[in-house]
Amino acid sequence: MSDKNSQSVSYVRETFLEQSPPPLKEAGVVKWMRENLFSGWANSLLTIVAIYFVVNIIIDVWPWFANGVWNTKSLAECREILQGANAACFSVLQERGNQMLFGIAYPADQYWRPTLGFVLLFIAAGPVLFNKLPKQMLYFSAAYPFLAFWLIWGGTILTPIMIALGLIAGYYAFTNVERLKGFALGVVAGVAAATVCVWLGGFISGALPGLIALEVIPSRDMGGFMLNMILGTICVSLSLPLGILLALGRQSDLPIIKGICVVFIEFIRGVPLITLLFVASVVLAYFFPPGTNLDLILRVIIMITMFSAAYIAEVIRGGLAALPRGQYEAGDSLGLDYAQNMRLIILPQALKISIPGIVNVAVGLFKDTTLVSVISMFDLVGAIRGPILGSTDWTGVYWEAFGFAALLFFVICYGISQYSQWLERQLRTDHR
Amino acid sequence: MSTLSDPGTGNEGFHIGKLLSDTRYRSYTLQFITLLALIFGLSYLVNNLLTNLSEAGLNISWDFLGEPAGYDINQRPIEYDSQSTHARASIVGAINTLIVAFLACISATLIGVVAGVLRLSNNWLVSKMMAFYVEAFRNVPVLIWILIIFLAMSGALPQPRDFRGEVPEATMLFDMIAFTNRGVYIPSFVNDGAAAVVFWGVLVASLVGVFAYRRYATKLLFDTGRLLPMGWPSVAILIVPGLLAFFILGRPVGLESPELKGFNFTGGIHLRLSLIALWFALAIYTGAFIAENVRAGIQAISKGQTEAAASLGLRPGRIMNLVVLPQALRVIIPPLISQYLNITKNSSLAIAVGYMDITGTLGGITLNQTGRAIECILLLMLFYLIVSLTISSVMNVYNNSVKLKER
Repeated sequence: MSDKNSQSVSYVRETFLEQSPPPLKEAGVVKWMRENLFSGWANSLLTIVAIYFVVNIIIDVWPWFANGVWNTKSLAECREILQGANAACFSVLQERGNQMLFGIAYPADQYWRPTLGFVLLFIAAGPVLFNKLPKQMLYFSAAYPFLAFWLIWGGTILTPIMIALGLIAGYYAFTNVERLKGFALGVVAGVAAATVCVWLGGFISGALPGLIALEVIPSRDMGGFMLNMILGTICVSLSLPLGILLALGRQSDLPIIKGICVVFIEFIRGVPLITLLFVASVVLAYFFPPGTNLDLILRVIIMITMFSAAYIAEVIRGGLAALPRGQYEAGDSLGLDYAQNMRLIILPQALKISIPGIVNVAVGLFKDTTLVSVISMFDLVGAIRGPILGSTDWTGVYWEAFGFAALLFFVICYGISQYSQWLERQLRTDHR
Repeated sequence: MSTLSDPGTGNEGFHIGKLLSDTRYRSYTLQFITLLALIFGLSYLVNNLLTNLSEAGLNISWDFLGEPAGYDINQRPIEYDSQSTHARASIVGAINTLIVAFLACISATLIGVVAGVLRLSNNWLVSKMMAFYVEAFRNVPVLIWILIIFLAMSGALPQPRDFRGEVPEATMLFDMIAFTNRGVYIPSFVNDGAAAVVFWGVLVASLVGVFAYRRYATKLLFDTGRLLPMGWPSVAILIVPGLLAFFILGRPVGLESPELKGFNFTGGIHLRLSLIALWFALAIYTGAFIAENVRAGIQAISKGQTEAAASLGLRPGRIMNLVVLPQALRVIIPPLISQYLNITKNSSLAIAVGYMDITGTLGGITLNQTGRAIECILLLMLFYLIVSLTISSVMNVYNNSVKLKER
């Protein structure tokens, strides 16, 4: 070895080579494509087939979309302009868009009311959905249901104010009595106080029907996407507390209460929503005392609320079952009674686990509100199927009309599910 | 959950105050009150119902089921005409519901499994396309999909009379299948007497034979370690006896293609557009949900399982079949059951495209003709309840058989 010095070797490198860039196929776009699109013959084949499909669809759809006609009075006029070209006739959205959004009977000069209600919904939902917003905004959220009721249905503003005052009175009665006498009596006192206040308030609002009044719009005039939004928001918010009660009932040790909840939940989950809507439209009226005349939208709200409450109950039951038993026992050992234990220890954790499931149910429910078109209510789908595609002007524009409907639902449902995934990440308290 | 009673006070005897103050007795009080409220509420509702019915001059009666229905049903799996009873119309509807639900369940599973696996593919384009499919179909109401597919097919497909040759795009696929705006006409089997029975018997027997062979091969592998080939013997057992029987018996089974007679097709099987649209929409909508379940199931299997199997020297196909899939199935099956239930319940949307399922016959025409709303809807709910409970109990039996056996 010793004689192998620098003189006996022909060449010795004394400096490092400059770092050369990676070979072309190991860097940048080419590398990415080799790894993600053409990593083997099967994968390459898949890619080529996929590209073929995508390109074909784009070639078909893009000119249809881009050359669409927006300003005609009827489909016939539209076809005249297009001369058989492959293009959409979006003028139906221009011409009948308001019917799709607000229904056929809602007075056109009052469209600003549901629009304002829709915009305010985001402001009201903000502090509930995002923790970082100022807490004072929650007061607006609490007031929103009454405001929205007044905006959409009209009448004097006293009616929702009186109901709100009744609920506030009920809340104070509940907190005060609960502190002294316990949960059950607190609930009784709260309900009693609220009923009395609403009943008394009814006289006041009945006496002054014209005070800060908007034009009264009957429920049967509601329609279009507005009806889907109304049904969706009301039913989800009502079914959440009902679902919690049902889930607690199903988990309880008391056999009779458990039995009632199990039968109710399994029955509702076993039948399709359509049959429940049939009940709402033809049977439910028989079960009310003679002479009461509930309008269809209210009956539908009752049935859809029961429907989604059963599903939410099952989701929350999953959350309750997922909590370790030690949590229940720890609550008991602290001397908390059942109501305190549930409110302070069990439900906050169980509800957190159930958020994705609840959101799934809410999205599903919102989509299912289109089913009311089957019992001839003119919601978004009903308005398109009935008055729009049924009119001589627009029969045959189903792609444009239903495409618009699908887009509206997609935006909202996709938005909600993205929010729930974000919230899940936010609420994750374990360290990963 | 409240188990706060003090065991030391058991011998003090009972007095009436304890009904409220002692947790042992308080639960009885609470349940008693609930029961009373329930009975009171139900009797109030029933009382209202009876009062309203008698005021309207109605009563509850099931006689209408025996009366002639007087309407036609276009898809008749069993014999039915307009003189048949309402009960028979309901049964026809029930069978139609089961047909579309069955077809949709199978195709939704296929679509869902393929889409779910492809969504996990290394191929960026394919996985993004599958993600697009899943999100687009999950977030739009199934009713809209049913209507779009129905209207698009009835608008875009040629009329049967176009198949006489004038319209170039109206040609039959393989001269056997015709896509028209009235539905799809496919060939049907023509059976030729006893020989046909033998042929079908041979086919069923070879199907059983395949299962028996695979069972035997697995048992041999577990007992002795000898590995028999699985792939080509299965195919051979499935095909060869059938082919032999077909030619030895002198081609006892033939295909009858639909033929254009006048303005319409005769012969073959007519799958109505309403059935196709409902089937396709349910399959592709539920397939998106099943794809998510499949993806979640596969992702739930920790990577260590795959790596462990690989380090034992298993090939990728075997890793999937022997290690990953059996475990993933446990996660996938419970949500799959509820998707099947959803399909069955969503098939009631048939009423939107005029497919005569039980909601269309019993809950639709029969209800409107007889005016027996309460009876019809009760029967309708009962039918769906029975179907739902049957599906979930059958699938639960299967679920229990693949469940993780713990000590």
